[in-house]
Order: sequence, then C-alpha cells, then structure tokens
Amino acid sequence: MIIINGDSKQGKFVVENLILIPGRSSKQGTTLNQGKLKDAYKEVTTTLEMNQDDMDRMKLVDGDEVRLKNETGETKVRCLGKKPEDLPAGTAFIPYGPPSSELMASDTAGCGMPLSKHMIVEIEKILS
Amino acid sequence: MSENIKIIKDATCTFCGCVCDDMELHVDVEEKRIVKAKKACVLGKAWFLEHTIEDAPAAMIDGKEVSIEEAIEEAAQTLVKAKFPITYGLSDTTSEAQREAVAITDYIKGNIDTTTSVCHGPSGLAFQGIGESTSTLGEVKNRADLVIYWGGNPAESHPRHFGRYAVTPKGMFTPGGKKDRTIVLVDVRKTKSSPVADILIKPKLGKDFEVLWALRALVKGKKLADNIEEITGVPLETLEDLAERMKNCKFGVLFFGMGLTMTRGRHFNSGALLALATDLNEFTHFVAKPVRGHGNVTGADNVVSWQTGYPFGVNFSRGYPRFNPGEFTTVDTLANGHADAALIVASDPASNFPKKAIDHLKSIPVVALDTKRTETTKDAHVAFKTSTYGINTTGTVYRMDDVPITLRPAFESPFPDDESILTGIKKRVQELMIAKHQATGASGEAKVAAAFTPL
Ligand code: SF4
Repeated sequence: MIIINGDSKQGKFVVENLILIPGRSSKQGTTLNQGKLKDAYKEVTTTLEMNQDDMDRMKLVDGDEVRLKNETGETKVRCLGKKPEDLPAGTAFIPYGPPSSELMASDTAGCGMPLSKHMIVEIEKILS
Repeated sequence: MSENIKIIKDATCTFCGCVCDDMELHVDVEEKRIVKAKKACVLGKAWFLEHTIEDAPAAMIDGKEVSIEEAIEEAAQTLVKAKFPITYGLSDTTSEAQREAVAITDYIKGNIDTTTSVCHGPSGLAFQGIGESTSTLGEVKNRADLVIYWGGNPAESHPRHFGRYAVTPKGMFTPGGKKDRTIVLVDVRKTKSSPVADILIKPKLGKDFEVLWALRALVKGKKLADNIEEITGVPLETLEDLAERMKNCKFGVLFFGMGLTMTRGRHFNSGALLALATDLNEFTHFVAKPVRGHGNVTGADNVVSWQTGYPFGVNFSRGYPRFNPGEFTTVDTLANGHADAALIVASDPASNFPKKAIDHLKSIPVVALDTKRTETTKDAHVAFKTSTYGINTTGTVYRMDDVPITLRPAFESPFPDDESILTGIKKRVQELMIAKHQATGASGEAKVAAAFTPL
C-alpha cells in the first residue's frame, strides 16, 4: 500500500491506494426498483464502505467526502466505516453504479469482461 | 387501498436468477398495484410493491412524445442505416422477446451480446474449455450434503437461495434441512451471508485461483508447498479438511459468483473451479453452478445459443454468426468505437459500463426499451417505455439452473411489452433490408425474400 502524507493549503491530507471491490447490496437492489435516477439509489451508489482502521488512520469519519481516482477517471463518494474484521485493511466496497463506472477501465483482455472488482484506486479526503 | 383485491397464487418473481415461482400477490385492481407479496424476500418485495404505473409517454424520439408506430419506424430506420449496429441487454425480459432481438440483429447483420458478457461471461468461456458438471436446484435441495459458495453474497443478491434451494430446505435425502448439510463460504470479505456458514474461508485478495488449484492438488493426493498459507491466506489444515470433506460427501455443489468472474483471473478462476468439480467426480457426485443475477439472464444465454450456436458476443456482419469475446462483446464494441447504433433492451449500460464505453454509447443513436427511466433511456434517440415481465406480461423465463418457468402476470399495463415492440421493429427492419438489397441490384423479390426468412 502506498501512503503519501503531505500538506495542502488547507491543512494536512493523506492519499492512499486502496483495492476497490464494487458489488451488489440489498439496499442497492431495493432502491433500484424505485428508479435509478432517484435520490435513494444515488445515495447508495455513492457510499464507500471502508475498513475502520484505515479510516481512523486517514482521519476520516462516517459521511466524510473522499475523492477516488485512478488512471481511468475519478469520482467523489462518502465513506462509511466497517469493522476491521469484516473488510480487510486496504480494501473498500461500493455498490455498483455510476461512480464505480467512472473508475472502471474498458480493457477486457479478450474476454468481454472489464476488471470490475479489484480496482486499484487512490483515495483522498476532500477538505471542506 | 380499494376493496377490489385480486389474489394471484404461484406468481413468479423475476428480480433475480432464483426466479421464485411460489409468490402470492395481492393486487389492488383499481389502483393497479401490488399491495402484498407473500413469500417474497426484501428484493422481491421492492420489485413488486414499487411497481406502479407511471404517467409517462410510451414512446419518445429525442425526448419528444411520439406514437408507438412512429417510434418503431424510426428505430428500424436507425438500425438499418448503421454499419455496425449492436444489440445488448436482454436479461430482464422474456425469452419470447429475446428471440425477436436475435432475429432483428440477424436481419441487420449486427452484433448481439447480453449482460452475460459482464457477469458470468468468463464462466461461459470456461464452460467451453472445461465442461460443466451440472444439476438442477431441485437436485441440490434433495441431495446435496456439502454446499460451497465461492465469491458471492447470496444473502444480499439472491436472498432466497439459502431457504428455497441449498441451505435450509428439507429434501428427499436431506430430511433434516440444514442439519444434514455442511455449508462452506469462501469470500475475501465478511458479508451478510457469512453467518450461514459452518466453515468460513477467507483467501487473500486475488488468490482464489491459487486456493482452487491447491484444492485440486490435494484432491489428487499431491503434497502442497509449506508456504501455502503465506501465498493464499488459507492455512494448510483448512485446505486439507475441505479437500477431505469434498471427496467424502455424497453430493457436493460449488455455487460460484462474480467474486470469481469479475476479478483478476476471470475465466481462469471459473475454469479452475469447474476443473475441481470434474476432478471430484472420481470420488463422489459433485456439481458446479454459477449463481446468476438477473431474472432471465439464463434465458438470454439459452435463446442466443439455440438461435446462433453461441451464448453471447455474436456477430452477424458476414451473414452467419461468429463468436469472439473481446471483440464482439459490448464493452469492446463500444470502447473501441466500432458500434454506430445500439438497440438496448431491458438494461442500463449507461450507468454500469466502463466510462469509455459509456462515452461512446452517448455519441451514437440508441434505441432503448425499458420499464423505467434510466441513464440509458434518458439520452436515447428512440425510447420505449414497456410493461414489466412477470408483473404485467406473461412469457417464459429460465431459472439460473436452466429450468424454464411460465409467468403469471398480476395486472395489465397500459404500456406495450418488449416482445410486441421488438416484433414491430423486426417486421419493419425486414422490409427495409429487402428494399435495400433490391436497390443494390439483387435480382428477384422472391429470391431476396427467401434470404430473409424470419428465424
Ligand atoms: S430470491 Fe430473487 S426471485 Fe426470489 S423473491 Fe427474492 S428477488 Fe425474487
């Protein structure tokens, strides 16, 4: 895991690399029935579940806005802590949706399937 | 709620690949909505209860309301004019509609692909390479005493899979239900499915292939390297114990999810799992089944296979079907910029494809059919709002174990179904293609028509 500590004009910030696992969740399933353009679905698909230890180290609390970035694109989401035993350190989970698409590379390595899980992304707290 | 309640017994939920056909729906006939869905899980309840008839146009061209006939004409013209038209989606509609979509693509010499390519497509490739030791879910329920879930979270994605087919139901040879089964869950993260497991195995991230290969070695009586735990994150004793359980069970099943197919290794991961199931048949009866997502994605595989010979990623540009994942799969046809028009049926690639593919999709004319407004229909050149299969429309749906089920709809919708729209487009496309061939010098109307006999 690469960790970069630095200073911005507004104060200290931390950038780390995480392995992002997009997937399904029941909340994503129920809200998509209301409509994918509705607020409930948007909220679910912009919530990033993170290992609580990782969040503590990065000085993040539930609801903080973070920027996820890789060579394909970037997106803004809000983070939510998960018990360290439930989500391994260095990984994060997000329900599928437009934000995860922003980060998904289109190369399918000849099989038709883009690498949709196990995406390496840079995470950075957005300072308000 | 009105007094006028109709009860539909043995209705089918088509939200996920479990395709539960034991629903009891209470329908408010006047308000045209389902007020109760007995036996449905949390996802099924949302599927039924959130389904209301919205006041929206049935057909639009560039965001303006038009008649269905006008929209069909424009859709057909758009597809016929294109040099590389693609058809995509199809997993949330009936097999009757899927068949029409294949026929349209055949006429326009286009490219057809389904959501399988971004779900269990890699497993489809592995099936061709390794083979599939398979069974129905009924057999699993009645016989399986060792059930392994690998890379999936059914508690959230297929909530009744445990209760209806594989964990708790009492079967002919498993009368004690869960007591007669050992449940193993293999996943890199703890999920809502974890509590159901008797044995929980957490490999290191991206090490599923190594764990599967290690199990194959153990099943074949080979010795593993001492550092196997360091490599895979799974202790040697756990692997040995699992290999013994697999060899000694009466009927074992490996259910695998997208934790295998969407991650590094893709079809190699599914292939390793299928090979493990095959190896185990030297000792006992063992099957492997992908846990399929959308209600009729299995139907899409079946229909596309029986019509073209291949399950997905099929191209008709030479007048006969060719299969080439990585070239004719939709993420590729879009991201490479080949597609110049798209027919999207019951799917929303604009909200879940890679960004580059979405950008190209937004730059070409799209004909979209969906029951709700989505990112894909929002920007479509021609958009049809259609009725919902299983709720408003009858037809055939394939459960994830390839068992076909006939739908019992709950109430009528003012919107047309996918099949009738696609049949309309097909007829018009056929006429236009015949005219196009005549104009380019093909001789004899009868001869040309013969070349375009509907599928
Ligand atoms: S398990 Fe799937 S098919 Fe069954 S009720 Fe739930 S969502 Fe519907």
